[in-house]
Amino acid sequence: MTRSLDASAERLLRDLTPQVLGAAIRRFGDFAACEDAVQEALVAAAEQWPRRGMPDDPRAWLIRVASRRMTDQLRSEEARRRREAAVADEVAHDRFARLARAIAGRAGEAQGDDSLILLFMCCHEALTRSSAIALTLRAVGGLTTAEIANAFLVPEATMAQRISRAKSKIKEAGSSFALPTKRDRAERLASVVHVLYLIFNEGYTSSFGPNLHRDELSSEAIRLTRLLHRQLPDEPEVVGLLALMLLTDARRAARTGPHGELIPLAEQDRRLWDGEKIAEGVALVSAALSKGAVGPYQLQAAIAAVHDEAAQVEDTDWPQILALYGVLERVSDNPMVTLNRAVATAMVHGPAAGLELLRSLDGDRRLEARHRLDAVRAHLLDLAGQNEAAAAHFASAAGRATNIPERNYLLTRAARLSGA
Amino acid sequence: MKYMMMMNAPGGPYQIDGWSKDDFRAHIQFMNDFNAELTQSGELVGAEGLAGPDQAKLVRAGDSGTPVTDGVFPETKEFLAGFWIVEVESPERAYELAARASAAPGPGGAPLNMAIELREVMSGPPDDLS
Repeated sequence: MTRSLDASAERLLRDLTPQVLGAAIRRFGDFAACEDAVQEALVAAAEQWPRRGMPDDPRAWLIRVASRRMTDQLRSEEARRRREAAVADEVAHDRFARLARAIAGRAGEAQGDDSLILLFMCCHEALTRSSAIALTLRAVGGLTTAEIANAFLVPEATMAQRISRAKSKIKEAGSSFALPTKRDRAERLASVVHVLYLIFNEGYTSSFGPNLHRDELSSEAIRLTRLLHRQLPDEPEVVGLLALMLLTDARRAARTGPHGELIPLAEQDRRLWDGEKIAEGVALVSAALSKGAVGPYQLQAAIAAVHDEAAQVEDTDWPQILALYGVLERVSDNPMVTLNRAVATAMVHGPAAGLELLRSLDGDRRLEARHRLDAVRAHLLDLAGQNEAAAAHFASAAGRATNIPERNYLLTRAARLSGA
Repeated sequence: MKYMMMMNAPGGPYQIDGWSKDDFRAHIQFMNDFNAELTQSGELVGAEGLAGPDQAKLVRAGDSGTPVTDGVFPETKEFLAGFWIVEVESPERAYELAARASAAPGPGGAPLNMAIELREVMSGPPDDLS
């Protein structure tokens, strides 16, 4: 964090961001301009609070500062307009009237929590996923443009442009500041859940070299998913997503070695796993599954839970995992799921059965990450004791990997087998 | 996903050398507009043009541990003239951008149809390894 606030003040600012933005939009209506004004208020807080101390009511303070920015902006717009043309009188009158009403009427009035509406807006389907991610992190997460640019390793100007385009897209799409209608709700919620999942995945990239700070994205994704879960406690897939994130993030410390190298699940030091996160994740997914409506996030969380509950890799309940992948495959027709089911099949019925299942994926055009098929095949050939073939497939997978730690891991396994 | 688009120009004398002023200007204008558009769309991560190949040095550590440099290579068929790094939503979008760059105007405003080499930058998130 670039701000000089202490961690708790920083967290408070970030928690308050969607509430302050919601309040500003309810007063002034203009999402894009309000979002900028709230960012300025956050910057002002980060500058002033450490020096002058925290205000008694931080939320009211932020709303006041953001509103002042909006008022200044509207005034200067009006002044410019008046200079330019007298015909704008009527418009000016209208806007001033609204402004006056806003300032007189609602100052300090407690508003409901608008974070849910904001999440739906920022994850709108009209946006590209990368724009939705950026806008969500800024408008709901309270991160600065520089922080987001830094996390995604792009220039700040590029990120600023992406955010501003996202805001005009939302305007074009005519999205009103309200919860989606009943008809659209399921689809819109799926979009929100997907964006949060993508943010988490970005951050889950291993801590390697310049990417060291990216794990903040995972923490931020968990924080935002908790926020969503508080608003929609009975939505099974939201519970599933939160559980999946916690159960995956729990392994973070064990997942990479001292030089940033990837350590596969089977070789991780399980004492490094975060027991608190595992307990919370297990409780969440158990409760969600008992309610009936089973979706892909809950199933993935359930699989992660089975792995996390094995104190030693030998204790892993592979028949249970295999059964869950079978259900997951029926719910979401995705070749990546079949890949994973092949690994589970190998663990239960032996490598030959797993390799047999993999053959069904040969020539599957949907499998975008082709190298994963090679990598899994190599792993199963290794289990079957076919060293030479395994080494060749590991090498071929390494040649097509798109992530440096993963490529290095695959090369290491290829080298180990060739040397044996 | 991030891609590097490498603009390869024919080797030999620097290609732009013999162009008319107007052709040169149109080419530069195209590149500026293209970069501005990529900035606007929020996709540009970086872009650089490289100095001509006659100024290039080839460095390789020698037996004594001191680096040895060589001049370059008039026989090279193609050389890297410049590159972009873009962040895009899909491979298709990267192909589209590379095709646009390839068609930068040359003498008489005719498209150059330069070879653009497209390489994915290692940045994809890994799956949990089983």
